[in-house]
Amino acid sequence: MTMSWTWLHKLGSPKWFYEISGRWLSWLAWAAALLIGIGIAWGLAFAPADYQQGNSFRIIYIHVPAAFLAQSIYVMLAVAGVVGLVWKMKLADVALQQAAPIGAWMCFVALLTGAIWGKPTWGAWWVWDARLTSMLILLFLYFGIIALGQAIGNRDSAAKACAVLAIVGVVNIPIIKYSVEWWNTLHQTATFKLTEKPAMPVEMWLPLLVLVIGFYCFFAVVLLLRMRLEVLKRESRSAWARTEVAALVERRS
Amino acid sequence: MSFSSFAEFLAMGRHGLYVWSSFGITLVVLALNVALPLLARRRYLQEEARRMRREEMQ
Repeated sequence: MTMSWTWLHKLGSPKWFYEISGRWLSWLAWAAALLIGIGIAWGLAFAPADYQQGNSFRIIYIHVPAAFLAQSIYVMLAVAGVVGLVWKMKLADVALQQAAPIGAWMCFVALLTGAIWGKPTWGAWWVWDARLTSMLILLFLYFGIIALGQAIGNRDSAAKACAVLAIVGVVNIPIIKYSVEWWNTLHQTATFKLTEKPAMPVEMWLPLLVLVIGFYCFFAVVLLLRMRLEVLKRESRSAWARTEVAALVERRS
Repeated sequence: MSFSSFAEFLAMGRHGLYVWSSFGITLVVLALNVALPLLARRRYLQEEARRMRREEMQ
């Protein structure tokens, strides 16, 4: 049994993470840039206009990927919280702290683009609808985790507190997901379902799929950028991090 | 192409302002998310370079 966990400890090693992520970064960056570039051009110029909403519907091409990410990143925070609490893995806390601001930005984009879409479509920037309200709560959960991480000076206590808040707050995720079914909301039901074919024609949902994958790649890139810097800082006393920083300084001068 | 002219593409029916502001703000947020960690990394390496120079002098 003990053998099977060695991969987890290897994955938790900051040095190993730093090396492997360096190799992935450029590939992920290219994938993100290409997919987002293609997806935006496709969604803006080539996808057909919606027969009811006209061209305002094109906002979903960024609204949906941002909303997906905002929720997935929060689930990731909770998973990182569990891993950090149960296996005492330091890297899990790095991931949690560094992913939270990205999640908050994505939540902000989802709320803002939703509001801008709502004005011409519903006639209102904002309604206190279950979906919108639960997304707003998600934004505040992100703010809470970020503030908690910065307010507590002791790193281990901060890690524990953030992990607990992330895990408790994850109840909000199914509420967001099922809000459009449980309550009579103005917000429409899911665009993509795993069990059914999308109600949209293929030339409408294919660019959306490209953008969703592109946004996930983008998140991976930004997360790795942030985590790599944080790992270098936290490991600044260890020999490998000193060598790496010295090499990076050398290259810059 | 779903538009017959560039002017029509810019107008987005009657929804030009909504569509372009959404995409514009999103691109700014994405750019910020890339720029902030890169700037932080540069700052950190500058600090470290200064620290190393100080240590060499001693």
